[in-house]
Amino acid sequence: MLTAILSGDTPRSRILTVLLLAVLVCLAAAPFLFPGVRALETAATICIFIVLVASYDLLLGYTGIVSFAHTMFFGLGAYGVALASTHLGRSWGALLVGTASGAVAAAVLALLIGLFSLRVRAIFFAMITLAVASAVAVLVSQLFEITGGEDGLTYQIPRALTPAFRFGELFGVNLNGRIINYYLVFAASLVLFLLLLRIVNSPFGRVLQAIRENDFRAEAIGYRVVWYRTAATCLSAAVAALAGSLYAIWLRYVGPDTTLSFEIMLDILLMVVIGGMGTMYGAVLGAVIFVLAQNYLQSLMGVAAGAAEGLPVLPLLLDPNRWLMWLGILFILSVYFFPTGIVGRLRSGR
Amino acid sequence: MSPGGANSPRPRPQGGVRLAARPDAGAAGHDPPTEAALTTTLLATDGLTVRFGGHVAVDAVTCAFRAGELTAIVGPNGAGKTTYFNLISGQIAASAGRVSLMGEDITRLSVAERCRRGLGRAFQLTNLFPDLTVLENVRLVIQARERKGFGLLSTAASHSGITTAAEAVLDRVRLADRAGSKVSELSHGNQRKLEVAMLIALDPRVYMFDEPTAGMSVDEAPVVLDLIAELKHDSDRTILLVEHKMDVIRTLADRIIVLHNGALAADGPPAEVMASDVVQEAYMGKALEDV
Ligand SMILES: Nc1ncnc2c1ncn2[C@@H]1O[C@H](COP(=O)(O)OP(=O)(O)OP(=O)(O)O)[C@@H](O)[C@H]1O
Ligand SMILES: [Mg+2]
Repeated sequence: MLTAILSGDTPRSRILTVLLLAVLVCLAAAPFLFPGVRALETAATICIFIVLVASYDLLLGYTGIVSFAHTMFFGLGAYGVALASTHLGRSWGALLVGTASGAVAAAVLALLIGLFSLRVRAIFFAMITLAVASAVAVLVSQLFEITGGEDGLTYQIPRALTPAFRFGELFGVNLNGRIINYYLVFAASLVLFLLLLRIVNSPFGRVLQAIRENDFRAEAIGYRVVWYRTAATCLSAAVAALAGSLYAIWLRYVGPDTTLSFEIMLDILLMVVIGGMGTMYGAVLGAVIFVLAQNYLQSLMGVAAGAAEGLPVLPLLLDPNRWLMWLGILFILSVYFFPTGIVGRLRSGR
Repeated sequence: MSPGGANSPRPRPQGGVRLAARPDAGAAGHDPPTEAALTTTLLATDGLTVRFGGHVAVDAVTCAFRAGELTAIVGPNGAGKTTYFNLISGQIAASAGRVSLMGEDITRLSVAERCRRGLGRAFQLTNLFPDLTVLENVRLVIQARERKGFGLLSTAASHSGITTAAEAVLDRVRLADRAGSKVSELSHGNQRKLEVAMLIALDPRVYMFDEPTAGMSVDEAPVVLDLIAELKHDSDRTILLVEHKMDVIRTLADRIIVLHNGALAADGPPAEVMASDVVQEAYMGKALEDV
């Protein structure tokens, strides 16, 4: 039963199983285990980034395609919800329309990019995605009448999803719409992740892996490689857009910095590589570690710097503003010691 | 299409053997194909040519391959045998000429499309999915044959028919015990066997083997050769076999064609081709007997 939900793709490592279960329990009970606005914020971001990173893994890890447009698709979903909520007014219908149109727009755009460039060399695809993504980012900040430009858009979502909606207390935690919103994000992320896990273990997913290994031979046994690559790009884009919609519903704000920035694209890459490419579960660990580090490394370093006060050099190194440097070091170390990512390492070291 | 009509090769000004009207069934073969099968041309190339810069690697080769026939393709290194295969299966685009499969022109079709129409190819240089298991390599072929590649919502493991069929093929090439190993962990000989297994799993109308036993040990090669001999029993198929070893050709081939500098130099029943002066002098002595 459980194996069927996981599409037969079990963690295949005891430590990995324990880690994944811990993540699942923590996320499922986050509002009660870690009360507080910031903790819930972090938990929701983790859920959304797991989906975003997993959808990128479908492309990079399973199909062997390098794309720099993943945040663009993420942004399409987010702006879909924002625009629909702005123009159709606060309603569930607006969320639905925005989400659906974002996903469709992402898939169509991916189809166009794919048909245009996947026939040629893989590096060409990477360059095209880079160009299109940069163009879209510029466009979004220029068209401020529509997109709000650099300031982005704030909008209203159904009241049941906002903190203003209160409905009692449980385990000493005030129940409000924010918690409903969190569980919407959590449930949707879980379903999307399991869907991706199913896709990579389907006959289609096997073909993608064959293409990654040897596209020449995949074609020679009768698979039309371009179609498969294009289909994978569309699927991955649509799921990224859905993650973007969730992010927009959660934040009630979209802007270029939160959804479209190249920095996020790099973060996604790091999360896939740290977690382990082509494993899906790597997306979970990568996103958890990275988002936690992003949110808490700074404050942790602040504390450490305070403790090290008076010692030479150390406070300087531990200055909270240097957190990115430490993240970089962490990244280099992890790639050096776990070239196959955390999941790859755990599976081989059974 | 009658054997003496459109499919007969263009007469070439050479003193060797020419493909005259085919001798009666079984003249050189071992499992005589039926009369009906022999009249069916499955694959034909017509003036097939490719130039790489100034070098003509395959030079106006016109040849027809009939159902129920095993044709050995011989010629010295660099003669253009592999390139001829590449033109037929579509890895290289022809500079001139046509390829037709079961009467249809396939010259402009993609590799995958040609494969889906029944053209199967095994490669001279092993060409597998190295990080996947042996079973998965064969499973992928059968999945392609069954057109199940776009199944998104079922797990691959749930298609047990495909897995069973893949295991059966592995059994035939004596690789069943390595089913779970990664391909990159296999010995060279076993990788060659898997290469053949993947072609057999495809179950095509036209089999193209490119030196299938090259680099295999003496006890491994017979497994593959026996399999090819078995395939000959099916009179619906045609087999093209690039091979250097004369004893193999003698036992398996119904017909030999000789390529030299990209051109068709001889074509006919094995006994005649081997005996022909031109072939004896030019190729057999140097290129073939010494292997
Ligand atoms: N893609 C290519 N570009 C340029 N030249 C090529 C290409 N492919 C093949 N050739 C040349 O065409 C000629 C025929 O090569 P081919 O591999 O077909 O020979 P072969 O008969 O298969 O030889 P062998 O017995 O060594 O396998 C060679 O001179 C080779 O260098
Ligand atoms: Mg060759």
